[in-house]
Amino acid sequence: MNAVGIILAGGNNGRLGELTKTRAVSAIPVGSCFRCLDFPLSNLSNSGIGKVAVLAQYNARSLQDHLSSSKWWNFGSKYGGLFVFSPYLSDDNSFWFRGTADSIYQNITYLRRSREEYVIITSGDAVYKADFKELLRNHEQSGADVTIMYKDAEPGQDLREFGVLTVGENGDVLDLEEKPLEPQGSKISMGIYVIKRTLLMDLLSETVSEGNYDLVKDIFVRYRKMLKINGFRFDGYWKAIKSVKSYFDVNMDFLRADIRRLFTQEQPYIETKPKDEPPAKYNSQADVADCLVGAGSIISGNIFHSVLFRRVYVGDGSAVKDSVLMEGTRVGNNCVLENVILDKFVTISDGAKLVGDPQNPIIISKGTTV
Amino acid sequence: MRKKEILAMLLAGGQGSRLGVLTATKAKPAVTFGGKYRIIDFTLSNCVNSGIDTVGVLTQYQPLLLNQHIGIGIPWDLDRRSGGVTVLSPHVKGDSGEWYMGTANALFHNIDYIDNVDPEYIVVLSGDHIYKMDYSNMLSFHKDKKADATIAVLEVPMLEASRFGIMNCHDDSRIYEFEEKPPEPKSNLASMGIYIFTWEILREMLIKDSGVHRDSDFGKHIIPLMIAQSRSLYAYRFCGYWRDVGTIESYWSANMDLVQAVPEFNMYENFWQIYTDSFNQPPIYTGPGAETRTSLLADGCEVYGTVINSVLGTDVYVGEGTIIRDSIVMSNTFIGQNCEINRCVIDEHVSIGDHVKMGTGENVPNESKPRVYDCGITVVGTNSKIPSHVNIGKNCEIYGNTVHDNYNDDNCLPSGKSINLESEATI
Repeated sequence: MNAVGIILAGGNNGRLGELTKTRAVSAIPVGSCFRCLDFPLSNLSNSGIGKVAVLAQYNARSLQDHLSSSKWWNFGSKYGGLFVFSPYLSDDNSFWFRGTADSIYQNITYLRRSREEYVIITSGDAVYKADFKELLRNHEQSGADVTIMYKDAEPGQDLREFGVLTVGENGDVLDLEEKPLEPQGSKISMGIYVIKRTLLMDLLSETVSEGNYDLVKDIFVRYRKMLKINGFRFDGYWKAIKSVKSYFDVNMDFLRADIRRLFTQEQPYIETKPKDEPPAKYNSQADVADCLVGAGSIISGNIFHSVLFRRVYVGDGSAVKDSVLMEGTRVGNNCVLENVILDKFVTISDGAKLVGDPQNPIIISKGTTV
Repeated sequence: MRKKEILAMLLAGGQGSRLGVLTATKAKPAVTFGGKYRIIDFTLSNCVNSGIDTVGVLTQYQPLLLNQHIGIGIPWDLDRRSGGVTVLSPHVKGDSGEWYMGTANALFHNIDYIDNVDPEYIVVLSGDHIYKMDYSNMLSFHKDKKADATIAVLEVPMLEASRFGIMNCHDDSRIYEFEEKPPEPKSNLASMGIYIFTWEILREMLIKDSGVHRDSDFGKHIIPLMIAQSRSLYAYRFCGYWRDVGTIESYWSANMDLVQAVPEFNMYENFWQIYTDSFNQPPIYTGPGAETRTSLLADGCEVYGTVINSVLGTDVYVGEGTIIRDSIVMSNTFIGQNCEINRCVIDEHVSIGDHVKMGTGENVPNESKPRVYDCGITVVGTNSKIPSHVNIGKNCEIYGNTVHDNYNDDNCLPSGKSINLESEATI
């Protein structure tokens, strides 16, 4: 495809609390076997894009680990491939990325050395499956300078975390508000943009030289009247991970057959770094209903309406309900867990009882013992 | 290619005819085991876990699935610039081609490949056993003993020793005699079919024996030849779980070993992982009314019914009201609603309708293949279809897209009968 990809994976989000203490939002494990980044990365790869840059900054280690080989997403090729950029020191520059525009600008060589005509920029914090070929076709046909992918907001949805568009009848974006308190529009920007590579490079140089560093605020919002910006509606499943609640809900969505099948059984597949876990083992006392269980797990207790990642152990007589148990967590015997999120490698001692509120699940941070 | 200290040659060409219809379209090493694995994965994983990065896989019988599975070796990190995995199939030389007529003969035909790798040592493995073994320890033993050949042996009960190839050794483990299935065994050290040779010597033996035996075989010819020449052969004792899964019953019971509370063969160890083509490992979903106990379920299974004491492969679907007991169901198989399945082995990509009963009735051996199906287990071949509302007995073989007309008037297939639409023999 005639485009390169950029994934903005640098961000942190205070509303995710403990969950992003040791990782970037885009590295957060989701849906029992994925990390958030797998969705944009697979979408780009599946759309035929052979060259992708992941811009990492905040707690890049977990991202680097996940991306240690690019072959799982079919990026292991001579031309193109997967680039992971984090801030670095150089003679004329020793800044952290000061914003999303700055993060691309500091790696502008990546764009300069590309030969593709377009750039597709995506965020790294959403769960969705999209075909960017259609997006690019639409962009070329409309003659727009920038095309923004959007989704209709649900009635009453809190839009304060999103970019909000007002879209005219022929698809042109009339207004663009970033994280508005009183939104005028009702279309949520998915943080996915198509723009000509050379135009993006010009806009970045100009903006950063003026001391502005944000892609949305300082480029798209600021230039919204000067550039022809178009909207492209997406009708499929799309959820951004913006808060503990939305993280919890996205995981629970995987219990729905349609959502689960969309991501795990229907082509094109969402790929992830494989881990060679053996099959899950259900012991003689196990009672597991309406649950997802990751490979390599060993289950002896009762589990209901929960999402378990890989290599989870649940001991005899324990009851787990409405919870998310990440990779490597270990729940002892006779524990009670309800509305709980256990981060990776948490150990719950025998007999412990943790009951959270559905609107506000208890989070146990990575590696701790309760 | 850079010179390698050790090269593994993995014999994966065997049919495994006693696995019946399970090996109709695939070689025995490609048969699935333990839910998500194929039998060859255990040996290949042993290779990489032992630090061997160059492996030749010798294929012959039905190699398609095996070739696909191995590919360029990505799951085992055997996709390497130097070394890695090479699939070696029989080929034409000059104006004639030859099949692999025996285990040693297969290596003889690939001397060019081995010379190209130029190894010091060569480990000969077979791709049809379930075990974990560090070949690097065996290689150290081989070097310490300055051996020409080292053969891995397992202590078996003396009463059963006459079923195996037995190595008779001196106290220092030096082998002085090899007896194939001796009626009166002198020792209980059974050969596991795992050999390390010093390549220079094996090369000489292969060439020498190829002039004598067209079906040159390690057990029958090469080892006796080396003993006759007073070469230094040593037995390397292996302790641990090792199973030959060559019959339906041994295949079934080795799978069932894995569902025990604390299985003897532990697949959950981090330091000795078993690698396979894991793909993206979707989780297992068990529905609101599902019951899954004493079972192994591989990635992507979707279960709405009951699964007890069974092993399910990847992406198996089990409908509501269905009860599966003491059975092995392999990858991508679909089982409808309200079925009852007892003691069956169901191969990959099988589709079973609703209200199907399997494994009922008395235990009579199969009429056409009594040596294969005699332990009460009914086996369904790959890509088969079974229509709704049929009743199938024990020791049956079913293979092909069966319809009601293939069953008798009561929609039954009595114990010991077969429906094999892919070969001449039917009911």
